[in-house]
Formats: sequence, C-alpha cells, structure tokens
Amino acid sequence: MSPTPLSYFTADGERAAHIVPLTWYMLIVSIAVCVVIGVMLLNGVRRARTGGGDAQTRAIPVERGTNGSHWIGIGVGVSLVPLIIALVWTMITLAAAAGPPPHPGLVLDVTAHQWWWEVQYYSDDPSQSFTTANEIHIPVGERVLVRLHGGDVIHSFWVPKLSGKTDAIPGQVNISWLQANHPGRFRGQCQEFCGLQHAYMGFEVVADTKDDFVQWRAAQLRPAPEPITPAQLRGQAIVEYRCGLCHEVRGTHAAAVAAPDLTHLMSRRTIASARLTNNPGNLLGWIQDPQGIKPGCLMPNQYLSAQQLHDIQAYLVLLR
Amino acid sequence: MKEPDFRTPTVGSATAELQARLHSIWETEPGLKGVFGTTDHKTIGIRYIVTAFIFLVLGGLEALAIRLQLAGPNLSLMTPDQYAQFFSTHGMTMIFLYALPILSGFSNYLWPLLLGGRDMAFPRLNAFSYWIYLAAGVFMYAGFLIGNGPNDGWFNYVPYAERNYNPGFNQDFYSLGMVLLGISTTVGAANFIVTAMRTRCPGMSINRVPIMIWGTLTANAANLLVVPSVSLAFFLLWMDRQFGTHFYDPVGGGQPLLWQHLFWIFGHPWVYAIVLPAMGMVSTGLPVFCRRPIVGYALVILGTISTMVLGFGVWVHHMFATGLSGLSLSFFSGASIMIVVPSAIAVFAWLATITLGRPVVTTAFLYFSSMILLFVIGGVSGFMTASVPVDWQLTDTYFVVAHIHYVLIGINVFPVLGACYYWFPKMTGRLLDERLGRWNFWITFIGFNLAFLPMHLTGLLGMPRRVYTYQPDMGWNTLNLITTIGSFVLAFGLLLFFINVAKSVKTGALAGPNPWDAPTLEWSVPSPPPPYNFAVIPTVASANPLWEDRLDEKRALSSIEQGLLLDKGKESIATMAIDAVPDMILEMPEDSVAPAITALGITASFVGMLLKAIWLGAWILVGIGALITLIGLVMWLWPRRDLREREPVERGPSGRRQVREVTA
Repeated sequence: MSPTPLSYFTADGERAAHIVPLTWYMLIVSIAVCVVIGVMLLNGVRRARTGGGDAQTRAIPVERGTNGSHWIGIGVGVSLVPLIIALVWTMITLAAAAGPPPHPGLVLDVTAHQWWWEVQYYSDDPSQSFTTANEIHIPVGERVLVRLHGGDVIHSFWVPKLSGKTDAIPGQVNISWLQANHPGRFRGQCQEFCGLQHAYMGFEVVADTKDDFVQWRAAQLRPAPEPITPAQLRGQAIVEYRCGLCHEVRGTHAAAVAAPDLTHLMSRRTIASARLTNNPGNLLGWIQDPQGIKPGCLMPNQYLSAQQLHDIQAYLVLLR
Repeated sequence: MKEPDFRTPTVGSATAELQARLHSIWETEPGLKGVFGTTDHKTIGIRYIVTAFIFLVLGGLEALAIRLQLAGPNLSLMTPDQYAQFFSTHGMTMIFLYALPILSGFSNYLWPLLLGGRDMAFPRLNAFSYWIYLAAGVFMYAGFLIGNGPNDGWFNYVPYAERNYNPGFNQDFYSLGMVLLGISTTVGAANFIVTAMRTRCPGMSINRVPIMIWGTLTANAANLLVVPSVSLAFFLLWMDRQFGTHFYDPVGGGQPLLWQHLFWIFGHPWVYAIVLPAMGMVSTGLPVFCRRPIVGYALVILGTISTMVLGFGVWVHHMFATGLSGLSLSFFSGASIMIVVPSAIAVFAWLATITLGRPVVTTAFLYFSSMILLFVIGGVSGFMTASVPVDWQLTDTYFVVAHIHYVLIGINVFPVLGACYYWFPKMTGRLLDERLGRWNFWITFIGFNLAFLPMHLTGLLGMPRRVYTYQPDMGWNTLNLITTIGSFVLAFGLLLFFINVAKSVKTGALAGPNPWDAPTLEWSVPSPPPPYNFAVIPTVASANPLWEDRLDEKRALSSIEQGLLLDKGKESIATMAIDAVPDMILEMPEDSVAPAITALGITASFVGMLLKAIWLGAWILVGIGALITLIGLVMWLWPRRDLREREPVERGPSGRRQVREVTA
C-alpha cells in the first residue's frame, strides 16, 4: 500500500478518478484566491503607518476618500468566473460519479456494525451467496454495486482511492459503487463518528484479477476445513463454545452472526477491522486482550490458558 | 394620579445637574440586590463577555488535551470514552457557549451606545437571557465534570445518541442543556430585533445604522427562526431517551435523518449567526484605522443580509453523503457555491477600504485586517466542500476540521480580539497595551496558522475526524505533531491577551471618550459610559456623526450636545423602524431580581427533567421549579402604575403615548 493509503489526490478506480481533476481544480483556484487576496491585502497594508497607537491614529486626519465601489463590482465579477466553472463542473462530475452503475458485474450487501464491516456476496443462486467481513474482494475492471445497510448506528463507507463516502444508515439502504483499474489493496475507513472504536473501524478492498477472484470466491463458498490433530480438535471445541456465541464458522456449531464470520479467517490480511496484520502472534494477542488493543470494542477479553491458546491457534490457522 | 398621556419632552443640553439626576435614576443599587437585579445592558454585556471568555479558556484547555493525545500515533493519554467527551465538549463549548455569547456580549454592551439609546428594548429580558445562558452553561458542564459530558460530537447524530447505544446521562445533560440554552438565545434574539427596529435615536434611519448593528440584527433574525428547530430536535431526543418514543429510532418507524435535517436547518444558519456579527465588528472598526468611511456601506449590508437568506438554503451540504438523490443535492451544492458571492462583497469592501484609506497599524487593525485573509482561507475551503463529488472525499476528514477552525477562529475569535482592543477603552476607560498587543497578535496569528494550515493537508491525506488515535503508517504523523505544536503557540498567544487585559484594566493609559477618533455615537460619551449612557438623546443626520465636520457632509448636522432630556424617570426614546422618527417615550423598567428568579426556577425544572426516576424528577423537582418560575414571572409582570401601561382611556388620539414635537 502507498505511504498515504487514505489520500485522495490520486485515484485507482473510475469513480474516484472522476473526482480527482475537479478536486485539483478547486484546490488550485482556492490557493490562487488566497494568494491574490493576500497580495492585495499586503499591498494595502504596505502603505500603512506602523507602530501606531491611539495618538498615531488620531494624528491622521479623516478623509472621505474615493468612492471605491467599483472594487466590489470588479472583485465580485472576477470571482464569478471560477465559481461558475466550478458549478458546471460539479454538476457534470456529480452526474458521472453518482451512479449506480447500470449493469453491475457484482452486487454486495455491506452492513456496518460497531465496529466492523459485514460483507455479503449476493447471488440469485443462494448456494453462491456467502458472508465475510472486513475484506472486500472485487474483480478488476468490474463495476461493483454496494448496497449499504446500517446495522446499529450511522457509519460511513469510504475507500478514497476508489470511491467517495456514502453513509450506512439504519432503516434505509444507500447505494455506492466501486471499480478498480488494476489489482491491489485499497484501504477503507468508517468516516462517521460511531462510538468508541470509530478510529479503528477500517477495512480493505482487494482488487483481484478475474481468475484470482473466481478462485477466491470458490474458496470462500467452502465450509471450514475439518480439524485433524488432537490440538485442532480441542481448539475447535473452544471456538464452538466460546467464540461461537458471537462468531460463525460455517460447518461447525459456531453459528452466531453478531460478529465477523471466521470461516476463512486466515485468508484475510488483517484482523480487528484492519487494526492488526493477521499473523498468529497478533491473532492470539487480540483474542486474549481485545480491550487492551481496542478499548471499548464489543469483544470481551478471554482469559485463556496457554494450552487453550495453543489449541485455538492450531485450529484457527486451518481456516484458510 | 392624573398625568397627561402624552407630553412633549424637553430639549436641552447636558448639565451637571441633569447628569446627577440621571445618574441617580439609572444607577444600579450596590449589594446583592444589584448583582442579581441589574438590568444595565453594559453590566450584562460585560458579564456575557467574561463568561464567554471563561468558556473559551475551558474549551481551549480541552483542545490542548486533545492535541496532546493526537501529537503522535497510538498514544493513550486518554481512553476513547474520555476522548469522545473531550472533543464533544470542546465543540459544544466553543460553538454554543463561546462563539455566539461573546458576540451577544459585545452587542449587549454596544448596541444602545451605538444606537444613541439608554438601554435595550427589554432590559429585564436581557438580564433573563444572561442568567439562562449561565445556567445552561453550568448545566452542560455539570455533566462533563461528573464524567457524563456529551460524547457524540457537537452535532450529536442519532441513533448513537439514543439510549440503546448511549445509556449514560451524557446525552440527557446535552439535550436538556441545549433546550435550555435555546430559551436564552431566542429571547435574546427577540430583544435585539426590537432594539434595532425601535430604539434607535432620532434621525438614525436604516441607512445610517452602523454595520455592526446590521450583522447582529441579521444573525438574530436568523436565530429567532432556526433555534426552534434545534430545540425541537433535542427535545425529541430527550423524549426518545426518557419515554421511549421513536422519533429517531428506525426499529420503531423513526428516521435517523430527521435529526440531521432538524439539526442542520439550525446548524448552518448558526454558522452565519456566529460570523456575521463579527464581520460587522470588522466593518465598523477597520475603517476607523483606515481613516475613512467603509467602501460600499450599502453593498456590505445587502451582502450581509443576502448571505443570511442564502444561508437558510444550504443546510444539506452537511448531508451530501447521506444518500439523498443527486438532483436534490445539486440544488444545495449550487446554493453553497454561490453563497461565495455575497461574502466576496465584504472582502473587496474591506480591501478597498484599506487600500483607498490611510491605514495605521494598531493591534486592533492587525486583528481586523488579518481576519480578511483568514476569512478567505476559511471561505475557499468551504467552497471546496460545497461541490458534492469533492465533498464525498473531503467530508468528515480533518480538512473539514481545518475549515471549521478557520471559520470560527478566523472569523470569530480574531475579530473579537480586535474588538477587545478597539472597545476595551470604552468599557474600562483604559487602553490595552499596544506593545504587548503586538506580541499577542503575532504569536496568536502564527500559532493559529501553524496549527490549522497544515491540517488541510492532513485532511487531504484522509485522516478522519473524531478519531481518538491513528495508526503510524498513514502518513499523518508529522502533520499532527506540527498541529499540536501550533496549538500550544496559539494558546500562549491567547494567554498574552488575558495578561494584557489583567494588566491594562488597572494600569493602562487613560483613554478619554474617543481615543481612536472614531465616528460612531458610543465615542461621544465618557469612557466608561455613565449608567444612563447619553445625558441627552442625540439626533443624528449621517452614518458617521462624529466625522461629519471632516467628511464634508453637506446637509448632515447631527446634534450630540443637545437633545431630548427624558429625565422624568427611567426613560428612553422609541422611534419608527425605517426612518427613526420619534414615536413614543419608553418607560424603562426598574432593576429587578425577577429575571434571576425565573431563570432559577426554569433551571430547577430542567434538573428535574434530567432524572430518570419519573416520580422524583417530574413531580418534585419540576414542580418546585415551575413554582419558582411562576413566582418570578408574577414579580416580573406585576402591573405597575409608574410604567403607565394601564390607563388606555387616557391615551392620545392615535391610541398611544406620543412625542408630539421634537426640535433638535
């Protein structure tokens, strides 16, 4: 990822790319206006008598001075030019970027929760639908329709390199869309204050080549692999009776939907809503002490023994 | 008691004997009764200013704590909950408890002096407005001090503010406090409007009113229209939380977006309400230091009014990302872009005034003139967010945080500090120190820009607002550190201002009535002004009565030394709204503790409404509060013979007490 993953000076997808030139135009106009006004102000003040107080002020006689109303006429008149360009350009860009795309190649239902993202891949064939979390895979080049649902409070869905913000509001379905020009990982972030862990409510959009995407989708449709070793079996049991209170691992007794689906946990690059890189050390640290890493998050600390942690790790690494 | 209904007021000049008589009529009693009973607009104005500055300091300290937490990535000076309360309380404090009240304070103090009157139109309502403001501020801070401050940002979106997600008292304090504060703002607005319309001195027709008045008048006309919207929003929220109504709860058929509409229909005009009076201060003060009248007086006023009118039609630009249809967004986008035009009028008028005048650099001039640049920076960043597609990227990032601070500090704090340097001599009789003032200005100016100019870039690099911390690999570390350093420099600059005030109030150079040789009426009376303001009510004939001799106003001949005496009691003059022809003699009410008692009663009721034990809260505390309120109102409105409001049969031919004849 780039050194500034949430910067929108550059775009990697069609929707964001519509906006970049307009952003630059408005930014340059804005800076130019500040410079021009600054120069005019300095020019006016340059002639001023400095080091003044009340006596120096009184010493300068008052004069009616020239009328000067033409300053206002000319100033406002000149300002109108960039303003009207901005207005027209805004409307053109709005029409192009608003969407939704007429023939989306893929439809996703994204539900924003405190403080994670539930992602459902929709298909007319129910056996082709599945749920994942916090990592959205899309095929390169395809326009992807995103239907946004509010799970609890208002959140905002934002992938600056691909698309501007759209709020996820409970009680209504909002529409956004994504399209990536090339394969890569693009950082997304909740942008509407939604409570204690708003700061770390991130996600990633992964643009895959067509083949990779098909492969990924097929892998996601499979249930979780069966445990084999005794450690894995014990680990699965712990996951079922503890983690299963909130999480789902398809094909096991862990079947709750209050928290991210873990069926293919190890296929994701990050955990804890993009807070941590997904490696065994971070994973166990997160399971043991989520309140230390993300204070106020809805996952309770687990207080597991070393043996239990070891078993859980043995099982979780299977979930590819 | 057979007094004539209408009489011809005597015209005369200010003699020592008259001044002594007026002094004894208008003076506030010493002691507690005077403290709680005074209706002197100057005392109330200074109370407003001091209280608002105390809130500025509190909000500033919260800001410094926030900046320490954000100085580097992954710091843990505060927990997320503490951080949420700090940034929300910071916003609440600065926007609601500082920004408008400080302007109300200046307006309270200055209006009757600028208008040539002896008090506001409703002096007791004025006192009441202050007491409620104080009570609301204390009420909302009480929550913060017991760890239950607002925690959902100043705009407090639902459903996060609802009970399911926010079970503590936090939102109860905030919502009730805002309803309470709304009472203060509303009665204050009514008072300002009537004062501007009816209590201008004879001859001050609307084309001769100082621009400062226009700014505050426009803002308060807006407040009167939009504050009900936010009071309703918070009241419905309280109902949702207390009684389980479902106004905002989607599960019960409510609509979260209802909150956003109600809030921003208020919120955007409010932004103008807290900058237009400050722009009016600049338009009034800046020309004095350019030694000429402002360029385009009428245009600036029309610009002020049209900004406000357009300002009613742009609230949806806070909601561009909420999924409204592109067609409706485009109208609000267009209006938000075009609102630049009336603002540009003021900018070019100020620039022309400086360039075509003969400016002299004082600290007040530095604050007023630098505000022009800050205004433009805050304006163009607003222009960027006005474009819907661009705003989809910008909104809720630190770009918007930078924007709001350029607006609120640049267009409110800077003019207010300039106004302090300009009008402090009038209020205290002593000048603020200019040397210390220069240090104060430059450190404040540099600190402010160091803190907030780079913040635009932080936002363009995608940093979300309202995050308690951030990851180190996002490219925001250096920028945040610069902002934190800048915020401390800014705070030091402001500290110098308070030091200057503390020092100069005792030992500053004596000012005399008109240290800046300024043109408006407040400078025709001694500094500080006597309780009755004007010994004789002046009659003005131009917009710059004290400059007439030098401006070669052909027909203008204001009469400052001679005028209506109005010394038969606590009297002032009411004039007609447009051309300021004398209309009636105002009998002003005596000082009274009734407004304070009424405010106390209302506040007690609000404390009762806070409690979740219905029987205790509703029946005991609310009841006691209502009773106290009733007592206060009865005292307040008790009919009085000396106010002569109860002898309608003896009224004059036109049905009201009249001034028959005025010779100036």
